[in-house]
Formats: sequence, C-alpha cells, structure tokens
Amino acid sequence: MSKTISIDGRQVEFVDGQTIMEAAAAAGVYIPHLCHHPDFTPHGSCKLCTVKVNGRNCSACTFPAQEGQEVLNETDELREDRRMITQMLFVEGNHFCPSCEKSGNCQLQAVAYYLQMLDDHFPLFFASRELDASHPEVMIDHDRCIFCTLCVRASHLDGKEVFAISGRGINKHLIVNSPSGKLQDSALEAGDRAVDICPTGAILRKGIGYRVPIGKRIFDLKKIDAVSLAEQGGAHGE
Amino acid sequence: MAAQHCAGSAPGIDTGAVYSKDKRPVDTSCFFGTRKYQRDDMKKFIETLVEEHGGRASELLQILIKVQARWHHVPRDCIEQLAEQLHIPRTRVISVVEFYTFLHAQPRGEYEILISDSITDRMLGKPQLMDFLAAKLQVQVGAVRQDGLVSLDNTSCTGMCDQGPAGLINGRAVTALDTRKVVAIAELIASKVPVEEWSGDFFLVHDNIRKAGLLLGDTIGNGVALHSAFARGLDETLRELDISGLRGRGGAGFKTALKWRFAKQEQDSERFVVCNADEGEPGTFKDRVLLNSHAHELFEGMTLCAAIIGAKQGFLYLRGEYQYLYEPLQQVLQQRRQSGLLGGNIAGQDVTFDIEIHVGAGAYICGEESALIESLEGKCGIPRNRPPYPVSQGYLGKPTVVNNVETFVAAAKVAVHGGDWFAARGTEQSKGSKILSISGDCRHPGIYEYNFGVSVAGILDDCGADDVFGVQIGGPSGTFIGNAEFDRKLAFEDLATGGSFIVFDNSRNVLDIVQNFTDFFAHESCGFCTPCRVGTALLKKQFDKIQQGHGSAGDLLELERLGRLIKTTSHCGLGQTAANPILTTLQRYPELYQRQLKKISFEPGFDLDGSLETARKLSRRNDPAAHLTQGGE
Repeated sequence: MSKTISIDGRQVEFVDGQTIMEAAAAAGVYIPHLCHHPDFTPHGSCKLCTVKVNGRNCSACTFPAQEGQEVLNETDELREDRRMITQMLFVEGNHFCPSCEKSGNCQLQAVAYYLQMLDDHFPLFFASRELDASHPEVMIDHDRCIFCTLCVRASHLDGKEVFAISGRGINKHLIVNSPSGKLQDSALEAGDRAVDICPTGAILRKGIGYRVPIGKRIFDLKKIDAVSLAEQGGAHGE
Repeated sequence: MAAQHCAGSAPGIDTGAVYSKDKRPVDTSCFFGTRKYQRDDMKKFIETLVEEHGGRASELLQILIKVQARWHHVPRDCIEQLAEQLHIPRTRVISVVEFYTFLHAQPRGEYEILISDSITDRMLGKPQLMDFLAAKLQVQVGAVRQDGLVSLDNTSCTGMCDQGPAGLINGRAVTALDTRKVVAIAELIASKVPVEEWSGDFFLVHDNIRKAGLLLGDTIGNGVALHSAFARGLDETLRELDISGLRGRGGAGFKTALKWRFAKQEQDSERFVVCNADEGEPGTFKDRVLLNSHAHELFEGMTLCAAIIGAKQGFLYLRGEYQYLYEPLQQVLQQRRQSGLLGGNIAGQDVTFDIEIHVGAGAYICGEESALIESLEGKCGIPRNRPPYPVSQGYLGKPTVVNNVETFVAAAKVAVHGGDWFAARGTEQSKGSKILSISGDCRHPGIYEYNFGVSVAGILDDCGADDVFGVQIGGPSGTFIGNAEFDRKLAFEDLATGGSFIVFDNSRNVLDIVQNFTDFFAHESCGFCTPCRVGTALLKKQFDKIQQGHGSAGDLLELERLGRLIKTTSHCGLGQTAANPILTTLQRYPELYQRQLKKISFEPGFDLDGSLETARKLSRRNDPAAHLTQGGE
C-alpha cells in the first residue's frame, strides 16, 4: 500500500524520504518556490513554498512528507503571504523587469505574475550594489540577486565553490571566490552548471542577449505552474 | 579607496583589508609588498594558530577571534592563509568574518570600545554617556579615530543590565560606567596604557544574587551528583530526571529527560553534549552568574548527561561578551580533570568525557540551538532546517544534546536530591524553580530565584519597583505586560520566560522601548530567510515612520499585517518573535500608537519636501513656493 498525504483535499502519493515539495511535484501539484530546484539539496530560505501542514506553517521544500498529513497549499491566506514575500524580494533588490534581459525567463517575475502581484507595496530599499562584468562570458548584476544560493549549490556540484553568500541580515550579498573578488579571476567557466541556474537575472550569460525575443520566452508562453521544475531551472536566453 | 587607506595608515595598523560589513572587496595591491616583514610575522602567527587548533576547519571562528584580537581586524592576507591552511574556500572565511559583529575586515581601533545598547543601559543613562565618551575620545560613534588608536560603536546587550551602563573594551567587560570612569578611560587611552594594566575596578562584575532558591540556595560538592548517579544507576537517574519534570530553561521548555533519552536511543556511536551559554536575550544575565559562581555544578550536569547518553566530548558555547569568564572556566575544567571528574575513568567509572570551551563573536542568533551548532562547527550561525533535530543530527551530524546553563545545573541537583525534591515545587506543567534576571526601574536589580507560579506582583514587591507601568517578560522576544496584568504568573502555563524581567515605570515611553527592541531584531537577523531578512528591516522602517510622526491610520494596519507575516512565516524563533514588541504593545496600547498618527488617510514613506532639495539646488530657489507644505494636521 502506498502512502499518501492530502494537498488541498487531493490525495497525493509519496515514498519515504520525499519532501512535501517532491511529492507534490511528482503528482503535478505546483507549490510556488524560488530557492528550490530538484537537482540540489533543499535550502528552505525563500519561504515562498510555505504550506500549512496540520495547521502549522512549514517549508514544503524541506519538510518530509508523512502519512496522513493534511497540507494546505492554495488558500487565500497563503497566497497573500506568498505575495507579500515576493514583494519583499522585489523591494530588497533593484528589479526593473522592462529593462532586464531575463524578462520572460525570470522565475521571480513569473511567480509574481502567478501570485497576481500588482505592485511592490513596500517601500523600496534602493540597495546600492555593483555590477561585475569582468568575466568574458558571464556577468553578475547584484541588483537582482535574491540570495536563493542556487548558484552556490550548483558551483559546489561543479566542484568549484565559485559563489558564497556573505554578510548578515539585510546586508547579505553574493561573493565570488577569487583573489580579487571579481568573476574573471574565479574558476567559473561557461560550461558550468552555476552559469544557467539563477532564477532571476542576477547571473547572465553574455553574448546571447535577446536571442529569444520578448513574447516568446518560457513564461510568456506558459504560466509558471505549467512549467516543469527542470525546465524552470534551465530558463535562460538560449 | 585603497590609495586613501595607504596614505592615511597609522603605524602598526594594517589597512590592507578592504571588506566591510556591506561592501565588496576593492583592489588591495598598494598594501602587498610594502610590509613584507609584517606579512612574514602574520604568516607565522597564523601557522601557529592553525596548528594549535589541530588544523581543523571547525575551529575557524575560534582562530578568527584570536586574529581579530591581535590585529584589531582580520587582514586580507590572513583570509588567504587561513583558506589555504584549513583547506576551505576563501569565501567561507570571508563570510564568517562578515557574519559575526566582533570580527572586522577593516581595522578597528587599537582600543576598541563597544557600548551596550540594551534598553536597560539606555535607562541608566547610556545615550548621554555615549556622547560624553565620543567627545572625550574625539571619535565618532561607529568610526575609528584618524590615528587608528581608538574606535567606538554600539553593541547589543552585553548582559550587565543590573550594573550598566556597560560595554566591552578590547573584548573585556566594563560595568557601571559614569563620567568619572570615562575621563579615566580617556586618559589611559591617551597615554596608551595596555588594557591588561588598567585598574580592576573597571572590570568588576558583581553577581548581585538577591534571592536564592532551589538552585542558588545550596551548592553541591564537586562530584557528588556524579557519585549519586553512579550509585543509583544511570537509567534510574534518567528516570529521576523524568520524575523531576525538568524542562529546558532557555525558554522553549522541552522536557530535558525526553531530550536526553532521544539522544541515548540514537544508533550512532558518537554523541555530543553542548551547553548553550550564549545568553544573548537583552535583559538576561543569570547564566553569567551561574558561570561565575556555579561552574562546577554546570560541568557536573554536562558530565552527567554525557554519562547517561554516552557522549565523550562536550562543548560550552560561551557568548563573546563573557570572554572574561573564559580563563576562570578553564581553571574549573582543569581542577575537575585533576580531581578525576573529567577525562578518563570519571569518578572511578568506565566513563570518558571532556569539555572544550568555544567562544562566540557577537551574534544573538547563535542562541538558537541549530545556529549554535553551526557556529561550533566554525561556520556562520544560520539556523538549520528541522527535522532533523540536533538530538538525532547535531554537531558534525551526530546526536547532540543542547541545553541551557541553568538546565544542566538543575539536572545535577536532581541527580543528588531526586526527582520528587524538584517536582514538589512549581506548578503542574512547570516544576521546580526559575532564575530571573531583573533589571530596569527597580531599587534592587539582580538575580532572583523563584518557584514557578510566582505572580508578577510578588516579584515587583521583592525587587523594589514602584509606580510600574509594565514589565517586559522574557526579553524582546517575549511579552510586554501592563500593570493591569500583574496577577499573572510566571510558568509555562501562563508567562513562559528564559529569565529576562525588565521593569518600566510610568516615566518611560513605550514606543522608545519598542523601537530599541525592533532595531535589535533587524540588527541580529541572520538574513537566511526572506520574511525575517527583509521583514525585520521593513518593520523598522514602518515603525520609525509612525514613531517620527509621519504615519497615518493605514500605517498601523500595515504594521500589524507585516508583523503577522514575519511571525508566521519566518524560519526560526528570531523571526517568529521579532514582531512581538510591536504586536504585544499595539494590542495593549493602541492609543499610544494612534497618538503618533497624522489625521490624514495616507502619508508617503519618505520625506516629500526633502526629496525636492535637488530640484531647489538646481533652480537656485529656496522661496516658500519651492517648498511643499505637508499639511493635514
């Protein structure tokens, strides 16, 4: 007999060791998320995947599925919470979708549309962050970093540890493992997994901008809940 | 920037490092090559340190604390050398330096002064004293003086609330600061007298035990708890602990016997015992007293736990603010080794256990048990995802019991006197006693031990508090109660507390208190999860807007909505309680908030008129028509 949890009243099967996110994804149930990617160790930091498990808030990406759990996902309250969390990410950095190359392929933007986020709501922080365009093939626009650590985790799997998150609280920032702190002096290469993993436009591949025109990009064609997790992770301009 | 640093560098001060808490590295080339001698010196220093610490990356934080003490910052060269010698990415070293507030990538003064910014220190005159100190030393708050001799800054509560205003000078705790002491300090610094040679009066810390109970009332002899436990049998002793009903004294209140049993039942052969002495909750200082005067009982409790669960290694995680207790505690450990109470064959039994002391470096979040474990492993103190819980996967992924100082002391007493002795006191769900740290507006601040179930009114009588407006129970993360609620009781059933008890009389402004607490959480948020990282900063902005008189009715609703989100979606206890000061006072004193509001329905979050300044400058106008009058009142 297979084990099941209930998500919004629907029975979803799972196997021991799976998280709620994994069980949901396997059953085609979308739970909004940004720091999660099926290929990497769950992080549980963005909190967009907050679900109610037996009445208590949990991160679906890290919380283990257990027999008989009653999980609430698509409720008005959770949608509202997730919208506010997304708004927080928008005001913390500097996200100007109309001038961003990632627009249409950006998960942050797609999640915002999915959650019907119509404005930033909160006061902007106007963070002053530098651009690192030193690398011949890859650039970092720190304005768009949301500290999901996907690049950190991907670079770890690349065996290079090119990226890390440093600082504390609202002063968090992405740092690069090189003597100068610049990307050009790091071990990053164009073929690295870390290059294409960014869910926003913080890490971009150079030389391919707008190859796919606006209007024909991943999330221009489909809403984020209809795009598989694997597809989302590879969302870039190719 | 780099060039400026080199030009302005003072003798003995290395200006090579150019990280700051919020800046990325810039070119350091002007430094390299100009101080070869010092670099060789540094290299030797680091090599020796790494060797002393067994070349283990888990010792990174401990090593960095020593580097900071030696050079008043962590120079860039050290970062590179540590990365190489500990076989870790340089980014790991940088992230640890940038995480802990006592570590700096840019040089601090040779005399580094930090003044405690706890609400209790403020009530004792800290703001005026800080101004006086800054003027005397001719240094700005938050800055290093031009000659590099002295730096001055605020720091979170240093745990001297009963004898403030307090601070830290080169890591050493100073207490009861006044203008006379400040003048003396300024003179000592001007004549460059090393801190080690200053009069002991500056560093006097009193226990201030005002009321002793179950724990503070008697001292058990060294080894008595262990001998009792071995005589009774370890399983039987664990049962006694169960009977005692002892719950964790850090505030969360998990049953101690259950925690120890879980760790004991884990399959792994290697287990650890950790004492959480990272007493960071503002207004709490009872562990300071236990560490100072009841250290044997603490270590006895830890050793008891080790014998029961089968651990061979223990750690005491001592908050950086209590660095002055490090040497005395080491001496206690040494005495215990010599008496056969630590090491091999403890108390003549087949038990091996020893305790290492790890020091923190200014991070409230490390009081959270999984963040504390991360910190013990030499990493940034970021709380882990749970499950797994530390009892099954803690330090280095092994089963680990983490308990508060007071919990271990209580456990040692239970081993001697039995579970019923303890359980006879207190209430149904809160057995035994609780040690309180009482400070604020009362005649006798200090340490008070009560059986659980005591009323707030009774405590206020004892500590000599009159004309009381309210009490902050359990520190900023706890609850503010007003004078209509003083018949409430301290117990897990009603007001749970880790021991902080701050009294406010009617002369105090609630919003000033809330502002101090709200700033504290924004400063201490580790930044891991979105709701706490961004939310605590937004909460501070939103509260300040109202406090400064720019708020409208909608802003109060917004404050509450934001507070609720942070409380319900944050990753750990810090975020889940960060909005408590606002939410608990907003509920009790809505009129105090409303009084701050403008009588219009909307106010922007920024100063509209101030934003026109650039335009006025460009048009060279400053007439009344070039100003926006923000009416509405």
